[in-house]
Amino acid sequence: MVELTQQDYQFQHKHIFGIEQLSVADISHIITTARSFREISSRPIKKVPTLRGKTIVNLFFEPSTRTRLSFEIAAKRMSADTFNISASTSSATKGETLIDTARNIQAMNPDVIILRHSSSGAPQLLARYIEASVINAGDGAHEHPSQGLLDMMTVIDHKGHLDGLKIAIIGDIAHSRVALSDIIGFTRMGAHVHVAGPQTFIPAHISLLGATVCSDVRDAVRDADVVMALRIQLERQNDSLIPSLREYSRFFGVSRNLLDLAKEDVIVMHPGPINRGVELNPDVADGGRSVILEQVTNGVAIRMALLYLVLGGNKGNDGQGESR
Amino acid sequence: MSKAIQLKNGRIIDPSQKRDEIADLWIKDGMIVDHQSIDVKDADIYNLDGRWIVPGLIDMHVHLREPGEEYKETIESGCRAAAAGGFTAVACMPNTKPVNDNSSVTRFICEQAALSSARVYPVGAISQESNGEKLAEYGEMKAAGAVALTDDGRPVIDSRLMRRAMEYASSHELLIMSHAEEVSLSKGGCMHEGEVSTRLGLRGIPAAAESIMVFREIALAELTGARLHISHVSTEQALALIGNAKARGIRVTAETAPHYFTLTELAVLGYNTHAKMNPPLRTEQDRQAIRTALRDGTLDAIATDHAPHSILQKDVEFNMAANGIVGLETSLSLSLALVREGVIDPARLVQLMSCAPAAILGVAGGSLRIGGVADVTVVDPERQFTFFAEKSYSKSRNTPFDGWKLQGKAVMTMLAGRITYQDL
Ligand SMILES: [Zn+2]
Repeated sequence: MVELTQQDYQFQHKHIFGIEQLSVADISHIITTARSFREISSRPIKKVPTLRGKTIVNLFFEPSTRTRLSFEIAAKRMSADTFNISASTSSATKGETLIDTARNIQAMNPDVIILRHSSSGAPQLLARYIEASVINAGDGAHEHPSQGLLDMMTVIDHKGHLDGLKIAIIGDIAHSRVALSDIIGFTRMGAHVHVAGPQTFIPAHISLLGATVCSDVRDAVRDADVVMALRIQLERQNDSLIPSLREYSRFFGVSRNLLDLAKEDVIVMHPGPINRGVELNPDVADGGRSVILEQVTNGVAIRMALLYLVLGGNKGNDGQGESR
Repeated sequence: MSKAIQLKNGRIIDPSQKRDEIADLWIKDGMIVDHQSIDVKDADIYNLDGRWIVPGLIDMHVHLREPGEEYKETIESGCRAAAAGGFTAVACMPNTKPVNDNSSVTRFICEQAALSSARVYPVGAISQESNGEKLAEYGEMKAAGAVALTDDGRPVIDSRLMRRAMEYASSHELLIMSHAEEVSLSKGGCMHEGEVSTRLGLRGIPAAAESIMVFREIALAELTGARLHISHVSTEQALALIGNAKARGIRVTAETAPHYFTLTELAVLGYNTHAKMNPPLRTEQDRQAIRTALRDGTLDAIATDHAPHSILQKDVEFNMAANGIVGLETSLSLSLALVREGVIDPARLVQLMSCAPAAILGVAGGSLRIGGVADVTVVDPERQFTFFAEKSYSKSRNTPFDGWKLQGKAVMTMLAGRITYQDL
């Protein structure tokens, strides 16, 4: 492989489907770009004209106030026009398919579509039918790349780097798109990801993606630099995955006692929204080691960077060039 | 009296007579004849230059979609695809609309097939409407032309009903074909459960969903003495159970499909819905086990599970897409690859694609014996071509093999002495 120098590097992705498609150089470049955009958010006037005249559609087939809002703020800070389209998957099954919806939206001539959908792979399908860039804002149990990127950015803010760090991810790995994006991303950047949770939450062959599976949550947390708790979907107890939230919380919840096993300067993360008292004890969620609010701030910056980069970024705004 | 046909200088491969030699095959009035018994001067002669002459291929597992979903396939279009793929007969699954669970549907299928370019053997439903509750009328369906029974696609959940089905089928000397799937375990799954399903975030179907049910079927066949056939085997686990049952003398046969010995779960990458079928594509280890089982006799037959679907069912989100692919026009080519790769010899290929299906279904064909019906396929094992789905005779295009460069194909298909496909 030829080492690219900083000058040779060009971001070449038209679409962002997942961390899987991103190289180390891509990830570093996105985070560097996000840092410069984060500065905008601290100005008195939080708006730049970078994406003026661009049309960005938030197409959400699943309710998600937080992610949608984060993308919307990101787009507005760069002066893009944004439209929100919420469609329920149930109405989609009644007749209008994702492709029908895509064709209707294409008529609006958008530049970027931010898609949240319950089916894994939906962004790739959409991209085949539309000329705009597609950014995956969470597809099924597959990926949530902007979340993975903002998590990496947050860790770098605190640790200065990612390689060699021990990252513990606790909870429902199998049904979490955040977990997959994080495992792929952190591993690619040289960190060691340890996952823990009841075996019903650990997907087949996750170790082949580079994660170490710990059957005891304490092994995952011991000497960790980062502890990330994933949200437990409350309906999981009805699907014979866990017997009760109470039992889950007792054996897999992240408590102050558990955190004492981690490194002194451990940080605690959570993709939100938190079930306090289930996956995170309240004293941890709101305690001094928690960086959860920084994650939210970085989320806007990462999404600004992604919008900027898929629209051509610094290479003349032609939006062309798909490297996949 | 029709004109005689001479297939000259072909390599006759007929395991039913243990024949493998360069010779001529003579056909007259729809039958294979001894040339000394006829007037040979007035004959159509095809010089085959060593291309293979084999008993007409038989596909014992296809979905023809008629009645009910004629926009996907009709009996006529499916049989044209069959002929183009070298098949002279197919057995069609009962999951039509309405379900083939009674003699009027069976009769309708036979009548529609009467003038088509392949023999069509209807397989009746095990239960009424294939809903797993009450036995269908096996005797009536058999009298109307059904050759076997299955609730393919909707596996029988109730073990007591399956037991009764096997017992009652035995009374009518009908074969039970099982789509072996433990549905509580496979529920919601859309591909093999493994590394790829994890990477793609797709709900998986573990190999155990197949093997658990294969074991139940074998145990019930042992209990009832029924003749059992396991359809579309995809896992090493299931093969171990089938091999063991055969060694113990249980009357079980089994088939696999070309995609299971050609592709693996990796074909799903990119959310390729043309690699979505049920059972799903499995691991490389399963693929290798299937190839071994085709050679050692654990598997008896190659069948396509030809399952036409329109773009409406396939160009959608992966988890919403329909299961299944068309296979009639690629089956022989993909199977010939096994011969080139030294997995099986040509005689074994003919056994798997013609002799064994005929014997399992108890139907005509599977032999080039003099006096037998002239269902014959001529194979050019060297012919190279690119398969284009859009040029298929099927009405559907759902195949993962579109654009594949293939080697070896049927160049003449003959049904009772009538040429149904020719590309010499
Ligand atoms: Zn089936």
